[in-house]
Amino acid sequence: MLRRRLNRLFGGDEGRVHSRTIYVGHKSCPPNEAYIPPKFCDNRIVSSKYTVWNFLPKNLFEQFRRIANFYFLIIFLVQVIVDTPTSPVTSGLPLFFVITVTAVKQGYEDWLRHKADREVNEYRVSVLEDGRRIRKMSAKIKVGDIVEVEEDETFPCDLILLQSSRDDGTCFVTTASLDGESNHKTHYTVADLESDLQYLSATIECEQPQPDLYKFVGRMHIYRNSQEPDVRSLGPENLLLKGANLKNTQKICGVAVYTGMETKMALNYQGKSQKRSAVEKSINAFLLVYLFILVSKALVCTTLKYVWQSKHDETWYNEKTQKEKETNQYLKMFTDFLSFMVLFNFIIPVSMYVTVEMQKFLGSFFITWDKDFFDPEIQEGALVNTSDLNEELGQVEYIFTDKTGTLTQNNMEFIECCIDGFQYKHGDGSSELDGFCVTDGPVNKIQQKAGREREELFLRALCLCHTVQVKESTKQRQDQNDQFDQIDQVDGLGLDHGFLDPPQKEMGFIASSPDEIALVKGAMRYGFTFLGLESKNMKILNRNKDVETYELLHVLNFDPVRRRMSVMVRSKTGDILLFCKGADSSIFPQVRQEEVERIRMHVERNATEGYRTLCVAYKHLSAQEYARADADLREARLALQDREEKLMAVYNRVETDMILIGATAVEDQLQDEAAQTMEALQGAGMKVWVLTGDKMETAKSTCYACGLFKKNTELLELTLRTLEDGGRSREERLHDLLLEYHKKAVQDAPPVKLGITRSWSVAGHDYGFIIDGASLSMVLSSSSEPNSRRYKNLFLQICQNCTSVLCCRMAPLQKAQIVKLVKNSKGNPITLSIGDGANDVSMILEAHVGIGIKGKEGRQAVKNSDYAIPKLKHLKKLLLAHGHLYYVRIAHLVQYFFYKNLCFILPQFLYQFFCGYSQQPLYDAAYLTMYNICFTSMPILAYSLLEQHICIEVLLEHSTLYRDIAKNAMLRWKLFLYWTALGIFHGLVFFFGVRFLFSNPALQDNGQVFGNWSYGTIVFTVLVFTVTLKLALDTRHWTWINHFVIWGSLAFYVFFSFFWGGIIWPFLKHQRLYFVFANMLSSVSAWLVIILLILLSLLPEILLVVLRKPRGPHARQKKSSAGDPQSPQSPARPLLTRTFSDESNTVI
Amino acid sequence: MMASSYKDEDGHITVSGSGAAAGGGGGSLRSKKPENTAFKQQRLPAWQPILTAGTVLPAFFIIGLMFIPIGIGLYVTSNNIKEFEVDYTGVEMSSPCFTCSQNFSWNSTKPCTCSVPFHLDQPYESNVFMYYGLSNFYQNHRRYVKSRDDSQLNGNEESLRKPSKECEPYAKSNNKPIAPCGAIANSMFNDSLELIYIDPNGTKVQIPLTATGIAWWTDKHVKFRNPGAENTNLTVVFQGTTRPVNWRRPVFQLDSDPDNNGFINEDFIVWMRTAALPTFRKLYRIIQRRSNVHPTLPRGNYTLEVVYNYPVRSFEGRKRMILSTISWMGGKNPFLGIAYVSVGSVCFLLGVLLLIIHHKYGNRNNAAEISH
Repeated sequence: MLRRRLNRLFGGDEGRVHSRTIYVGHKSCPPNEAYIPPKFCDNRIVSSKYTVWNFLPKNLFEQFRRIANFYFLIIFLVQVIVDTPTSPVTSGLPLFFVITVTAVKQGYEDWLRHKADREVNEYRVSVLEDGRRIRKMSAKIKVGDIVEVEEDETFPCDLILLQSSRDDGTCFVTTASLDGESNHKTHYTVADLESDLQYLSATIECEQPQPDLYKFVGRMHIYRNSQEPDVRSLGPENLLLKGANLKNTQKICGVAVYTGMETKMALNYQGKSQKRSAVEKSINAFLLVYLFILVSKALVCTTLKYVWQSKHDETWYNEKTQKEKETNQYLKMFTDFLSFMVLFNFIIPVSMYVTVEMQKFLGSFFITWDKDFFDPEIQEGALVNTSDLNEELGQVEYIFTDKTGTLTQNNMEFIECCIDGFQYKHGDGSSELDGFCVTDGPVNKIQQKAGREREELFLRALCLCHTVQVKESTKQRQDQNDQFDQIDQVDGLGLDHGFLDPPQKEMGFIASSPDEIALVKGAMRYGFTFLGLESKNMKILNRNKDVETYELLHVLNFDPVRRRMSVMVRSKTGDILLFCKGADSSIFPQVRQEEVERIRMHVERNATEGYRTLCVAYKHLSAQEYARADADLREARLALQDREEKLMAVYNRVETDMILIGATAVEDQLQDEAAQTMEALQGAGMKVWVLTGDKMETAKSTCYACGLFKKNTELLELTLRTLEDGGRSREERLHDLLLEYHKKAVQDAPPVKLGITRSWSVAGHDYGFIIDGASLSMVLSSSSEPNSRRYKNLFLQICQNCTSVLCCRMAPLQKAQIVKLVKNSKGNPITLSIGDGANDVSMILEAHVGIGIKGKEGRQAVKNSDYAIPKLKHLKKLLLAHGHLYYVRIAHLVQYFFYKNLCFILPQFLYQFFCGYSQQPLYDAAYLTMYNICFTSMPILAYSLLEQHICIEVLLEHSTLYRDIAKNAMLRWKLFLYWTALGIFHGLVFFFGVRFLFSNPALQDNGQVFGNWSYGTIVFTVLVFTVTLKLALDTRHWTWINHFVIWGSLAFYVFFSFFWGGIIWPFLKHQRLYFVFANMLSSVSAWLVIILLILLSLLPEILLVVLRKPRGPHARQKKSSAGDPQSPQSPARPLLTRTFSDESNTVI
Repeated sequence: MMASSYKDEDGHITVSGSGAAAGGGGGSLRSKKPENTAFKQQRLPAWQPILTAGTVLPAFFIIGLMFIPIGIGLYVTSNNIKEFEVDYTGVEMSSPCFTCSQNFSWNSTKPCTCSVPFHLDQPYESNVFMYYGLSNFYQNHRRYVKSRDDSQLNGNEESLRKPSKECEPYAKSNNKPIAPCGAIANSMFNDSLELIYIDPNGTKVQIPLTATGIAWWTDKHVKFRNPGAENTNLTVVFQGTTRPVNWRRPVFQLDSDPDNNGFINEDFIVWMRTAALPTFRKLYRIIQRRSNVHPTLPRGNYTLEVVYNYPVRSFEGRKRMILSTISWMGGKNPFLGIAYVSVGSVCFLLGVLLLIIHHKYGNRNNAAEISH
């Protein structure tokens, strides 16, 4: 941490240089120049926080930065310094316990980090020095060292790949530990290097370390005999990142460019910002109230004490000590105030924090344990990255979901294509000889076909225009590690068992996007098989089973701005061809216009059917054209600054004037139960917004398929298309449309009754809102400030009145913008983002709760999420069941904790009125300490882990139940007041009940009398029993654990009291409780009063429970399903009846 | 506990899961399939009580029907207890102890006595317990409550010589340790009360008072111990200590009976059990019933002979003498009976009320539920 900061500091003057120069193998280059070894940090990784020496002070400091801990420390110090009624042990012990447990936990975690660091730092690596191979510790690697890495090893630092054991100068890596993507990625050696690295003399110039994993620009100067150095461009494809694993390649050599804390992995290692849940905010608000109560109690008592003392001056039987007489009056008052604070401080218990933490930590296990979240496909269940937000899952109001991979499976299937305007639909797919993969004349099966030439051109384009790699078959790599191959087979994304002939069966495809694989496989189905890339030659098996070879000249990579990619190839005949594929909107402007219309029709139809469409175009390049393009590209790739922009410009220049051949349609299937999930979530009162980068038509059709838009939904569209209608300036049009929609959706909508807000029963007035990225940026950043705010408001109001909102063509940052906009809107609704790709990370981080889907687009989303689930359908249970239960549990936990401490301390406060405000504690110190730690903590913890006030099946079936707890319903002030009133009532009953009993303290049948400790013990006994039984009354789900813990703690209390009072404890100054409890039990009156007071306290509670008549029908259903917990979820009832009955329930 | 069991079971899954995965997935490294146990799936068999009018109503009635008789029983018992109280503080001029209370001085060597006449309307049949009561005496004041040394009282010789700091300012006097130290001991109630029955024919009969059995057995036998070995001379043991400043006699002269002397003097032990409230009573003596024929205290005139040693007027306190019989529930206290009767009747009434509500509106609810 510190080191990194220091590096940044020093980097200040280095940073001005913008780049660093690295001498490969530490050789001065060019040889005659003086070699000054540059200073870089070593390769030591430090992820640990503490050392043995600074652990104690640093850890303590960090712990006491927490407000609560600090408060208890202050109380403890007051007890030590001032003469207080309770010994410092009573608050010191719990605090010490909490601090120690936390310190041990953090120490252990740090020890693990130390261990991991040591393992990494002491890992032996081979370094080539002067042609010799030297083994040294990973931590000792310096920038410029040439490092040798063998298969399956992890790269010890960021390396530029110089040499690979593979013939084609490539190597494969997996970056699972960096971004979680387990597919193999290809990296390339720097072109044309000496085979013997010993004689290599080169420098590398590259940018200063930066955390972006996918960006790297650099340049390599190679000094040969001639004075003019050769220059090679270096990009991310040459850079091997620390933490990645070498696969499929025997060994590589690379030169270290970034080491230690400057590696991209280390730079990316950052803690996420802490998210705080709404419940925590409520706790803090309640704490303030209790703090106020505490201070005012102390003030009242201090004041009354001095009033009382003025009348009852020092009596002869109770003289002050010399010290007391001498202290200053005002100081005395102040210490008295502090003493009262200490006496009453148990009202804010340390243990609540411990219990809440424990509840969250242990409770989150239930999510990981849930077998319903287990996905057999990826063999994984849910993942909990933070347990702080469990209860927030029960409070979600807005869901922002990504489309691809989240709503849809991201499992692409080639559906059809269109060549020259003619539609080619593959038969049912059942027989692979159907369609036109039969060698001769398959085309004729469908009446109208494009010319055979066009057809083949199109298929060749599909086979060539991609970055797919063929995974080597098992046979070829038999010599390799067996186990490794097995893994290879498993993660073969494109491995297609159904369609391939036996000899090809071992072939798999690896690609960064599933679309490409779908296309390659689609082409294969039509007879053109991509065989792979061998030293820049792409091989295709055509329909006639001939192998065609194309030389791959350039790949013009895909990027989200251009939304297309191209390849340049040279055929055997020497023709240079450019194939380009991309989104329709990005291809159409780049092609000759005559073909466009015919194909546009197909594309749009496909898009409305929910398919992902791509257009394919090509172009012949003349030799001159190619030469120019080639030169431009090379130049742009060498640029150190603005390389991206320069490349883009060249790409755009090359990709013009192309000829459109056709379009493809790939189906992205909906996730399992996507529609049901969405329906349930909407039924639960949540609003679902779809934020996608996809086309509007595709996204819209997905929305229809998911049931987010229904037949009768009126769509309000705010897209470039609607903005450009009418021929006026966009700005004006935006203004008009916003106003119009606002009128429609907000003003004309019937006022929705409170309580059933956000209900979807207002049939007929169902609106859906569609906005695209461009329009959104217009709304959000309008030219003038007042307009912008107004638009924002209008936009928000419209959105909030629509059942669902679709935002398409969104950039990742725009997604986060929308989330932020809603998050900060009126009422601060709780938002949830769910996504699976790297482009969703920003919104996942922005929302209150971020959920990652363990999908196919890598693990970025999962890593940054708070919770990760394998499938979208799991969201339903996560929110409706887990979220609901966690919220109810923790809300009850919080309220109960405040309640039980209020009625614990109130008698103590009242007792002051009877003991001359002398701070005499009512309870013994042991009781004061143990109350929150032992006697009453376990039942509530068990409750808060196990309670199911409504059982899970019912929660899942009746999504409307979720609305009952919306808007932090269980922690509202009204309920807090109720609990507080209950606490006060109980406190009064306990104290005065016993007070009246003690009007004659002769309570035993032998005439003997009870003293003040008996008084306190009776009150305490009533207290412990009442508080525990109150919880028992609230418990709706009695497992054996609840029984054990509730009855167990009561038994423990009785046992402890006997034990504590049964012995003269040698370490105690006062034997206050000696046989007090036993004597109490020997008194019939004490028994009677205990029973009476417990019953009296619980009476109103029972009465209320009966009068409230909670959720009659659900309770009944719960009963029936409880009998058979294994019964499957009952089939969904027809929509109409369900909404009706559930609606009426909530109204009642 | 839970976390560790999780790990154990996790290990178990790994073993069982990899076999299954090898068949299906063909070599997934580690299956993380959660174990299907009732606990982990939150499906532990559970009793799910539902409090409805139907289940609660009988409870209300039962409570009502149980509490009312208990309450009546308690009330009757309490009423049957005979209690007589006489205030002998001597505040009023007419009071026989007025002079004593007026002329009180710590230094007076001659004890002041006064006799308070009173009349019992009813005979007291069973054992009669004699209490002294003090009002406005804050025995529960924090400074007072902690001003004692339990270790000294337990017979610890070291504490005897070196009383705890808590005893300040009553730890030492004239550089000698005070035994017993502390404010509680120092302010021990030291009036002596005698009861004289005046026969109808005028003869005065002193009522025999028992001074033992008034303290808790455990206090007398375990918590309070005289220092030194059993049956040693207390005077020797307490040598080097001094009496509390307000005492007239040293602690080893509290009683002539060696089993009731020193720290195990029962009057002392009773006093040392600090009262809960500023108005309290403490057991002073027991009047044992002697014969089955005669009541313990017959109806008639009595005098209370007081040796007035204990000043209470400086803090506006009152002193009382209480004669009371005792029942199984202790002394006279109508509170419990009244409370039980009222809680019982409230329960019963609520039960009736609920029954009516249930009867009237319950049908409608049922009907509504059926319609769903």
